[in-house]
Amino acid sequence: MARLFFAFLAGGLFGAGLLVSGMTDAAKVQGWLDVFGAWDPTLAFVMGGAIVPMAIAWRIAARRRAAMLGSALPPKPSTEVDRKLVIGSVLFGVGWGLAGLCPGPSIALLGLGAPGVYIFVAAMLTGMILAPRVRSRLDKTVPAE
Amino acid sequence: MQIDWIWGLIGGGLIGTAGAMFLLVNGRIMGASGLIGGLVDGSAGNTKWERVAFLTGVVLMPILLRTLYPSGDPHLSDNLIVLAAAGLLVGVGTRLANGCTSGHGVCGMSRLSIRGFAATACYILAGGVSVLLFRHLLGVI
Repeated sequence: MARLFFAFLAGGLFGAGLLVSGMTDAAKVQGWLDVFGAWDPTLAFVMGGAIVPMAIAWRIAARRRAAMLGSALPPKPSTEVDRKLVIGSVLFGVGWGLAGLCPGPSIALLGLGAPGVYIFVAAMLTGMILAPRVRSRLDKTVPAE
Repeated sequence: MQIDWIWGLIGGGLIGTAGAMFLLVNGRIMGASGLIGGLVDGSAGNTKWERVAFLTGVVLMPILLRTLYPSGDPHLSDNLIVLAAAGLLVGVGTRLANGCTSGHGVCGMSRLSIRGFAATACYILAGGVSVLLFRHLLGVI
């Protein structure tokens, strides 16, 4: 139960942060990406503001053997920049620019009554269901090293 | 408009605090696409309810806050094809890359992960090209 409670609390803080920062406003996100139009720097402040507490948390985590509720902490990150990372991030970026939404804000908007978000989220979930097939196809076409 | 960056910083701080808590208390990385994707592609295993609890918080808090903090229009496109195509790209792309703005951007870059920096560079560049193409050249957004 504690795990669920703290997950719920973290989700609530995340949702609050997305709303307060303006990241649930597609115009602000597209404004950040629009270097040839009216550029909006807000997203850089959001990212900076989020990275500071998170960097502190990683430093604390490095000195602990387990998380406070006893489960293992995440392993060291992989350093492999592979095709899936690059191709996936480029596809994501194109969609992010097109709609001005990434996964977190699209979920935070679900209860706020904008009908367009349901179309976006339904398509996103479809993409997530299809992704393992695209991934295995990419794996098969990787040249043997 | 001029104080938007202060709200950005405050909201960013809340996002980072959420990620810090999820890491230190639950031992998990707060990546929105991974948390959602694991539920729909069946890879969640015994973390299913933890994901559901997190996402419930993400949906409920903005509803509660909106009564105190009236947020404006989310400025979504009214073109259904644009929204559907964008959603599909975001869904496939984030799962192929194993992360999005929260997982690679916030959680990855803050631990100096090379994959986090590489992914963030790719999606920001692609997003910039996307806005240039679809807004300024094609005029569909």
